[in-house]
Amino acid sequence: MAVQSPAAQNPDGSKGQPPVDHAGIKRQVNLPWSKAIQIAMNALKIRFWRSLITASGIFLSVAFLCYSFTNLFLQQRPADPELLAAYVHERDSQIWLVVMASLVCLVGIMNAMLMSVSERFREIGTMKCLGALDSLVVRLFMIEALFMGIVSSSVGWLIGLVVAACARWSTLGWQDGVIGIGGKVVGEVFVISVGSGALITCIAALLPAVRASQLPPAAALRTDV
Amino acid sequence: MATEYIVRTKDLVKTFRLGDETLRALDGVSVDIKRGEYISIMGPSGSGKSTLFNAIGGLDRPDSGSVFINDVDMAQLDAGELAYLRCHTIGYIFQTFNLIPVMTALENVTLPTIFAGQPTDDGIARGMELLKIVQLDHRMHHKPSELSGGQQQRVAIARALANNPKIVLADEPTGNLDSRTGEEIIALLRRLNKEQGVTIITATHDYKMVDVSDRVIWIRDGKVEKIQNREDIQIDTGSMH
Repeated sequence: MAVQSPAAQNPDGSKGQPPVDHAGIKRQVNLPWSKAIQIAMNALKIRFWRSLITASGIFLSVAFLCYSFTNLFLQQRPADPELLAAYVHERDSQIWLVVMASLVCLVGIMNAMLMSVSERFREIGTMKCLGALDSLVVRLFMIEALFMGIVSSSVGWLIGLVVAACARWSTLGWQDGVIGIGGKVVGEVFVISVGSGALITCIAALLPAVRASQLPPAAALRTDV
Repeated sequence: MATEYIVRTKDLVKTFRLGDETLRALDGVSVDIKRGEYISIMGPSGSGKSTLFNAIGGLDRPDSGSVFINDVDMAQLDAGELAYLRCHTIGYIFQTFNLIPVMTALENVTLPTIFAGQPTDDGIARGMELLKIVQLDHRMHHKPSELSGGQQQRVAIARALANNPKIVLADEPTGNLDSRTGEEIIALLRRLNKEQGVTIITATHDYKMVDVSDRVIWIRDGKVEKIQNREDIQIDTGSMH
């Protein structure tokens, strides 16, 4: 459509600012945390589906970790010495599973977060052009990652625990299998799952975010992922 | 009041390393730009105009030489002061628009006011006012992907003006637009220059820009080839369109 009619329109004549302000370059102030949290939450919300994919990468990894740790913690040393060899063998394979799960967790979360931050390098460059401080950029990505890490890891913990409980239920029955897990193991596994999940998420987000925020804006804008 | 110059560059040099070769993208560029001028930096692609644009805008550091904005040497500014300068003094327009894809037009325009620490309501009011100036108020809740190239560029122009900058830098603002939309964008920039007194500096190889520019700085191989006032420019550039 023919939208442009320069002469006819004079929408705001009242905006007569005197062209004085110069040389008075101040230092950009950082936004308060509350505002930063609001922006970060909004950023997660407006790219909801993309966030969900990243989150699923995190919670699936954490679920595997939680499941393997639950099983390891519930291994019981048998009283009967004849069963000891079988127990040791079983325990060793559980330890292997935990190691594998930890690696999956590390690599899976790293991959998800590195991608999700790297694909926003241009956005970081743009934000810096518009006057965002480096520290604000890092802060926004940290808040996003922390929230994402805690929520997804909690979901992962729940899924891992439910799967482990179901598996035990089918072999050991409700009383021994499910009730027998006990609050202590549930608590320990929660701390491990959410702690490591959130930590890895934050580190994996921090690395590219810090790098991007320190680039000159022109370089950040040039990046294509 | 300081001098009449809002932007001055002195002996700017910027080199890029491409494999074994060193490319001097800027090779001693000195230009003075007055308050309220409409300047076009013209040159073929690869001539160094975008590098000059980045240096003037504080988006990249030159290897040597200085950029003065309002007589302040940009190299003397720390990160916080540079951010303030980018937020309040300079507005940027890019060839590729660089809008944030997940945000609506209004949110994009409002973003600089958030970084400036303005209250949300003021920012939104300002954003709506600007979208009205670029005649896109009816599309304020649309995302960039739902807007045409020309509309996206107008959103970008509105965003560049959010904090009442004294300087608007535009890097090939018409480069990704068809000829007619390009003309509209040029007319809009000229109108803002006239009505709001914003100094406009565009890097371009669009000859339509010459007609509206007060002066044209011709760049070739990283050097200033010549600087012409509009009235001195042969009319044959007009016929190229």
